Amino acid sequence: MIPTAFDYIRARSIEEALAALATHGDEAKLLAGGHSLLPLMKLRLATPAVLVDIGRLDDLRYINDVGDYVAIGALTRHRSVETSDLVRSQAGLLAEATSYVGDPQVRHMGTIGGSVVHGDPASDLPSALLAMRATLVVQGPSGQREIAVDDFFTGFLDVSLGVDELLIEIRVPKMPDARWSFQKFNRRAQDWAIVGVSVVVNNGSSGIGLVNMDSVPLRAVAVEAAVNGGASASEAAQVAAEGANPPSDLNAGPEYREHLARVLTRRALAVVGC
Amino acid sequence: MEVAVTINGESYSREVEPRTLLVHYIRDFVGLTGTNVGCDTSSCGACTIHLNGESVKSCTILAVQADGQSLTTIEGLADGEVLHPMQESFRQCHALQCGYCTPGMVMAAISLLDENIAPTEQEVRLGLKGNLCRCTGYHNIVKAVLHCAGASV
Repeated sequence: MIPTAFDYIRARSIEEALAALATHGDEAKLLAGGHSLLPLMKLRLATPAVLVDIGRLDDLRYINDVGDYVAIGALTRHRSVETSDLVRSQAGLLAEATSYVGDPQVRHMGTIGGSVVHGDPASDLPSALLAMRATLVVQGPSGQREIAVDDFFTGFLDVSLGVDELLIEIRVPKMPDARWSFQKFNRRAQDWAIVGVSVVVNNGSSGIGLVNMDSVPLRAVAVEAAVNGGASASEAAQVAAEGANPPSDLNAGPEYREHLARVLTRRALAVVGC
Repeated sequence: MEVAVTINGESYSREVEPRTLLVHYIRDFVGLTGTNVGCDTSSCGACTIHLNGESVKSCTILAVQADGQSLTTIEGLADGEVLHPMQESFRQCHALQCGYCTPGMVMAAISLLDENIAPTEQEVRLGLKGNLCRCTGYHNIVKAVLHCAGASV
C-alpha cells in the first residue's frame, strides 16, 4: 500500500491526460510505468493528490525510422528500446545504455519517457541522449514544441516540462557508423551509477555525457573539444570532471567521483578508438 | 476502483483503493500467497510475477495498472502434481535454501529463458540481477536455470 492516498484518473487519450493536468496543475503527476514515481511515493518523497495514468496510451509506444532520426514514443518500454533492431543499428549507444537500466523486470515495465522526465542525474539514459544530441517533443494545451536535450535537464529531479505538458517523443539522430561506449561504475548489481559515461564519435565529432557528476546529467564539453582537436584518450580524459560539481553521498565524495569520471571516460574513449 | 484481472487463467474482480499494490491484491484479496514481499523497494525480486507473459515486480505496480491484464504467479506453473520444468530444475539442482526468494527467482528465470532460450552462465547471472537470494545460493540457482535450458551442468 502506498502510504498517502490519492485520486486516480486513467487517461484514454493524450487529450484526456492534458485536460487532467490542466485541471489539477501541480497537484497531479503522470504515471507511465511507475518505476521512478512509485518508489518515491512509497517513501513519501512524492505525494501527488492525483495520479494521471497514461500507461494505456499505446499510441505513444513506437520506434520509427523518420529520415535522419529515430523517433521513440515516450511510453516505449526499456526492453523494447534495448532489443529494437532499428535502435541497435542506428543509435547503438542508446540501446546499450538502456540495457543497464535497473534489471529485466524494471525494463519490462519502465518507459523511456518516464525515466527521462524523472530527471534523475544518476540515471543512465540522459547521458546517452546528451551524447547523441537528442531532441524531446512535448505536447501542451497550445500544441507541440521541441526541446534540445541540452536545455531539458534544469535541476535535481527537474526538467523543462510545464505542469500542463506531456513528453510524447524522443528523437535520436541516426548514426549507423558511429563508434560508442557506455561505462558505468557501481558497487551492487542494480544500483544507480556512482559515475557513468556515454561516449559517441560520429563523423569526426564527439559527444560525451556524464552520469551522476552534478545535480543534472551533463555533457563533458571539455573532453569533447579535446577529442575533436585530436587529443589521445588519456589526454582528453584528464578534463572529464571540468565544469562538473559532483555530489557527495555514502558511495563517494566529489574527489572520488572526479577520479571515476576520468578513468571511465578514458576507458570509453579507448573503446571507441580515440 | 474496480480491478479485474486474470490470474493463472482464473478471473478475479475486486474493488480496491488506487494506492493498493498489485502484490497485495494477489496475496491479500485473491489469497495467492506464493508471491512474496521482500524489500518492497523493487530491489529484491521476491514479488516477481508475469504480467502478460513478462517478468515484473508486483510491489512496484499499482493494482489499477494491471486492470484487465493477464497475470501468472508461481501457483500457476505446475500442472497438478507435475512441476513446471523450471521448478523441477530448481528441485533437482537444490537451487533453494530458505526458499523465500524462490518463487520470484523461478518466475524471473522462466521469463529469462523465454527471451533467450540458450543463455550462457554470464547471461543467466545478468538476467537474474533483479533477484536477491539472502542465503547467497546463487551458484545452484544459476545451475538450475542452465539445466532447465538444456545445458549440461
